[in-house]
Amino acid sequence: MTDSAQSAIRELAPARPTWHVVLVRPETMTFLLLIFGLVGASFLSPFFLDASYILRSFTLTAEMSIVALVLTMVVISGEIDLSPAANMALSACIFAWAQEAGTPLPLAVIVGLLAGLAMGALNAFMSIRMQLPSIIVTIGTLIFYRGLAQVIAGDRSIRVPDSFIGINTIMIAGIPLPVVIFVGVAVLLGLVLGTTVVGRQIYQIGTNQAAALHAGINAKRIKVGLFLVLGVVSAAAGMMAASRLGSVRYDLVLGGELQMVLMAMLGGTYIFGGRGTILGTFLAAWLLVIVSTGMTVANLLPAIQLTVLGILLIVAIIATNFIYARTQR
Amino acid sequence: MLKKSMIAATAALALSAGMSAAEDIDIVFVGKNTGNPYFDSLTQGFVDACEVIACNFEFVAPATAEATSQIPFLEAQIQRGVDVIAISPNSPDALNQVFQSARDQGILVLTVNGDITGNEQFRDATILPTDFTKVGADQIEMVGSLIGYEGEIAILSATTEAPDQNFWIEGMNETIANDPKYANMTLVATVYGDDQPEKSTTEMEALLANYPDLKGVIAPTTVGIAAAAQVVQSRGIADQVKVTGLGLPSEMREFIKDGTVEGFQLWSPYNEGWLASHFAVGLKNGTMTNEVGATFEVPNLGTITINDGNSINTQSALTTFNAENIDDFDF
Repeated sequence: MTDSAQSAIRELAPARPTWHVVLVRPETMTFLLLIFGLVGASFLSPFFLDASYILRSFTLTAEMSIVALVLTMVVISGEIDLSPAANMALSACIFAWAQEAGTPLPLAVIVGLLAGLAMGALNAFMSIRMQLPSIIVTIGTLIFYRGLAQVIAGDRSIRVPDSFIGINTIMIAGIPLPVVIFVGVAVLLGLVLGTTVVGRQIYQIGTNQAAALHAGINAKRIKVGLFLVLGVVSAAAGMMAASRLGSVRYDLVLGGELQMVLMAMLGGTYIFGGRGTILGTFLAAWLLVIVSTGMTVANLLPAIQLTVLGILLIVAIIATNFIYARTQR
Repeated sequence: MLKKSMIAATAALALSAGMSAAEDIDIVFVGKNTGNPYFDSLTQGFVDACEVIACNFEFVAPATAEATSQIPFLEAQIQRGVDVIAISPNSPDALNQVFQSARDQGILVLTVNGDITGNEQFRDATILPTDFTKVGADQIEMVGSLIGYEGEIAILSATTEAPDQNFWIEGMNETIANDPKYANMTLVATVYGDDQPEKSTTEMEALLANYPDLKGVIAPTTVGIAAAAQVVQSRGIADQVKVTGLGLPSEMREFIKDGTVEGFQLWSPYNEGWLASHFAVGLKNGTMTNEVGATFEVPNLGTITINDGNSINTQSALTTFNAENIDDFDF
């Protein structure tokens, strides 16, 4: 009696209205923070609101942002990879070392990309094939890759040839090339994740891997694929950084893995998988640049900057959890 | 469109600023990282100078001293349109491209307390504390005077790759080998504490264990000398092993006071800031020229010469700190 009454009530509960579905999501919060950041930074310093300056500042973290887009997909699938920043450094060191040793430039780039692929494969082998927790595996490989980079490069920096320098000074319709690449990769991955079968399957694996397996989804293959793509993209990002800086050292983007995870979290990706969007990470990458650039150009001390970034992350995580709790399907 | 309104706003701002202070030079100093007492002293030199000459000064620094962490700060200063960027570079080459774009905007780029060796064409001049070619000889003389120019000595350095330390150690080796004054001194070991207190302590302990007849230790790094002094202090062997090197007065004060260390050396970072601001303002006002061989006067420092490679030294020899003068220095 009571059972049937309750189920009747449940059936009568109204569906979420369209505006609710569209607006009450973590990306909306990221977007609002972004607007808030823009306005706040403009008040902080009269030098901030200059499109070319903001774009130029974005190129400084564009490489990491591109990797964060792929990392978002890995996190949605229920895994994590903390080694991409170390991968960037090692791939860039291998690339620079190869070309310094006389390898033709295009071949050296391929060697760098293959190194990234191999690093992704090692992560995939241990996390997926050997079924070890990816957080532990990639903390291990993060230290391992960084260590190898130091073995190869030592404490010195390796120059890259002049013809390879300056990816950030190439402008396409007034926009620096790294920013164009970032937008392009975001659109591509957004489409893959949002509109394709594989995209759907990534969400399903992350939500409930056992159910996904029963539904006939080859979870292992998809996850291995994601790790491999992340490896190659990290290597490409590492070489983009080398082109921007003009030299490579083993400490390239040291600690960058935290910033990448931060971007995904700020964009509303759920750390335990199953939820998140490319749009969210895309917006979060801009949010981080706006906030830190605004504070830097206002000559605020790093201590204040770190505090503000910490508060941002806490706000984002609370809001994300709150929104997900309210919109449980 | 945005850019145009930005330029207008900047121009308006410059106008209003121009009314209050006549053409002050905007100088910013980008430190290696925040929370470093050495740079507090250097910064104070800039601050004091800008109180007596026509400049506005600001200090910025990243939280960490890794190679690329200064780049966003440099970009921000370019955007602010400062006149002079003084910087203690965290990398000898990762900053080249940013220096280039700063100088393209007409900004004077000075490296202070460290240079971008091998990439000198990307900065206008460098201001170094002292003539680094004499540091090795000065340090050997220092340790020699402490041990009576006789016996075994060792070096406790920073990392194996540290360019400054390696250059000085080379100078020490040459001095010992070539100067008859030091003929009775032997350099028995050079060890590396990686500028980490724990590792430096371990290396110092190992030196004492391996060379029981050791008379003196030179630690040409602030971390190393403090660690070495700590070991000697806790073992109470200050009369057998003399520790000297390059150290910060603030960190070495207690060891000088209790007699663990009789003397050590360094330069005055304060003078670097003082000189850099006078030089920058002089160049911008046209009263000085940035040419090798040119000389100019700086109050309290006397006549300064621009050496090869547009390199300027604030003092010709190291300052020695001991029980008599240690209280005069607070960095």
